[in-house]
Amino acid sequence: MITAERLTKNYGKVRGLDQVSFSIPPAQVTVLIGPSGGGKSTLLRCLNGLELFDEGSLRIGEYEVTVGQGRSQGGLARLRREVGMVFQSFNLFPHLTVEANVELAPRIARGLTEAESTALAHDLLGKVGLSERRDHYPHQLSGGQQQRAAIARALAMAPQVMLYDEPTSALDSALTGELLQIMRRLAEDGMTQVVVTHDISFARELADEVLVLIEGRVVESGPPEEIFTAPRDQRTREFLRRYLS
Amino acid sequence: MKRWIDLRALWLILLTLLGGVDRIAVAQDLTWGGDAEGGAPYLLPDPHRPRQIIGFEVDLMEALARQLGRRQVFVQNQWDGLIPGLLRGNYDLAVNGLEITDDRRQRIAFSIPYYACGEQLSLRRSEKSIERLTDLHGRIVGTLKFSLAQRLLEDEGGIEIRAYENQNNAYDDLANGRLDAVLMDWPIALYYSRPNPALKFAGESIGTLEYGIGVRPGEKQFLQQVDDGLRELMRSGELRRIYERWGIWNAETERLFVRQLENPTRAPAEQFLPLPAGSLGWRERAARTLGYLPPMLMQGVPMTLLISILGMLVAMFLGLAIALLNLYASPPLAILARLYVEIFRGTPLLIQLYLIFYGLPNIGIRFSPLMAAVMGLGLNYAAYEAENYRSGILAIPRGQMEAALALGLTRYQALRYVVVPQALRLVIPPVTNDFIALFKDSSIVSVITMVELTKIYGQLAATYFDYIGAGLVAALLYLLMGLPFVRIARWAERRYRLPGAVTQLH
Ligand SMILES: Nc1ncnc2c1ncn2[C@@H]1O[C@H](COP(=O)(O)OP(=O)(O)OP(=O)(O)O)[C@@H](O)[C@H]1O
Ligand SMILES: [Mg+2]
Repeated sequence: MITAERLTKNYGKVRGLDQVSFSIPPAQVTVLIGPSGGGKSTLLRCLNGLELFDEGSLRIGEYEVTVGQGRSQGGLARLRREVGMVFQSFNLFPHLTVEANVELAPRIARGLTEAESTALAHDLLGKVGLSERRDHYPHQLSGGQQQRAAIARALAMAPQVMLYDEPTSALDSALTGELLQIMRRLAEDGMTQVVVTHDISFARELADEVLVLIEGRVVESGPPEEIFTAPRDQRTREFLRRYLS
Repeated sequence: MKRWIDLRALWLILLTLLGGVDRIAVAQDLTWGGDAEGGAPYLLPDPHRPRQIIGFEVDLMEALARQLGRRQVFVQNQWDGLIPGLLRGNYDLAVNGLEITDDRRQRIAFSIPYYACGEQLSLRRSEKSIERLTDLHGRIVGTLKFSLAQRLLEDEGGIEIRAYENQNNAYDDLANGRLDAVLMDWPIALYYSRPNPALKFAGESIGTLEYGIGVRPGEKQFLQQVDDGLRELMRSGELRRIYERWGIWNAETERLFVRQLENPTRAPAEQFLPLPAGSLGWRERAARTLGYLPPMLMQGVPMTLLISILGMLVAMFLGLAIALLNLYASPPLAILARLYVEIFRGTPLLIQLYLIFYGLPNIGIRFSPLMAAVMGLGLNYAAYEAENYRSGILAIPRGQMEAALALGLTRYQALRYVVVPQALRLVIPPVTNDFIALFKDSSIVSVITMVELTKIYGQLAATYFDYIGAGLVAALLYLLMGLPFVRIARWAERRYRLPGAVTQLH
């Protein structure tokens, strides 16, 4: 579903990403872990074109993203319709109700009628358990509710891929459990998902595959049992030891 | 030590600037006020030596001062302010085509008339349908503000009157079709209308008006001296020679001279003395201020509202477009938008209005006064609104744009549906502020012949010599007009307050 080859992203002298290559099959949940500054958010943002990489190539579904493509906003917009993103701080639109947040993109970017998009919003908000809250404004919601609204908003574009940047950072363990449910259900429905997290137990529960990103490089990848119990790479071991203690 | 000297020099310069020529004048000097902007043949800067003032009134005062054994000193003073300036003691005499009228006589004393003439109607050469005053009904007629001609036109009724500060503008507008006719004192028409091949005189001049020299009330002896001096100039033929030299000797003035010389007692100084000072008690003043001034001033309110609201609409739409170009367009357009802001913000509104109204017709673009006023205010305030919107847009967190893009919206859609709506709410307070400022700035458009609240205030204040009463009423009207908009803005601010993250930016 996603194939990245030697993706490199430079911020001046800083290497955000350094020759990152990986391949993700459809319906798989991939978890990105690594120390702060390792390049996890940068990689996620490259996957939906919010960040433009400097070298390498990327393929998502049938979309080929090239280095020179940055100027073509239309092409990027089409790519982004296939890739939903849930931001760490959710970035809900504060001037719109929850329902309007969800409806906006399908109506404008997918060309749905008002009736269709409203029905879609009802359906999605029901799935994330926010039916009661659809006329509320984002600031009237708790952190967990905001996050579920953000997920519903991203799903409204019917993407093939969902990206999450540290989705559990604002949640207690009960809410983390709920999120796990939602994401598992999506996976069962065939959604390809990429998750950045610092929450190792969350990662263990969810991941089909784990990528360890350190200093912009994928130092190790594999199934969670392997990475978390018997990491092969010295740097991964170091990271996990420091992280778990 | 050195610094002290510098300060003293600066102080002297300041005093000179503030005091004007009159303060420096010696007691012997006969100081007289006039407005050299008024133009030929009365008072005008010498074309060859622009700092020198010439005109038939300069020659008159030269001769009169000689009669009185004093030296004449000219004091520049804006024409509408000649009488207040005289009363404040800025000069001894007011001499600048002041017609002797009853309401002026309530405030100051007048000498015997020194010149008489009628009002002259000017038309475009091609004009066939107008011959006399009565043909002017339903037509647009220009004149000078506060002049007798203006009152003549008002008395005639049914005429759309445009009151100008400057005769040149009036005759220009007549020539280019903005006006159907112009009515002004005959000497002005002689100098500004006659030489213009596009214009013609409509018959003989109308009515008779007489110019007198304004003297402070109560200075009877001085007034007597002035009258005696004028009569002597009439008798000796010197005054007639002055008028002939300026080409303005006419039958009316000849009759005036005969009357004054045959029957010198017909117009004794006492006859022209104003009502005793303070003849209006504070009760009468208050009754006038509260009675008939407000309704007259209110006639200016709709026009002020119309200009302000239309101007603000132009400013808001144009301002938003400029802000977006400035932030998101490619360099050439973005630079143009930046330049627009700097130019319109950095130059005086008054000059912009003059350029739009009097300048653009020269290159074939002609706006009606209302259109020019709305454009002037709108274009100027668009620069300020653009800056408001720009700062509002910049204050919206970057994550909002990113979230919209991540949903597959294009950049334009993200701005249109996510960023701009939030920015607009954020800038309601500064935009309201500018709207109130625009309200007050709309008073400036009286310079392009718009008759709105401030213009009417000026006319009433000058007519009734009541700058305080009429001024307070006019100021109050501005205040009252602004208040509803402030309330609407407060309501909108509450109603559309941005919930959550963005509110914290306030
Ligand atoms: N816009 C930017 N400009 C300059 N440098 C950046 C920018 N964004 C990221 N970087 C740098 O790129 C590197 C990777 O950053 P990234 O945000 O991807 O890290 P991360 O793995 O998400 O870290 P964290 O776990 O703290 O979120 C860091 O060194 C960071 O300083
Ligand atoms: Mg990050």
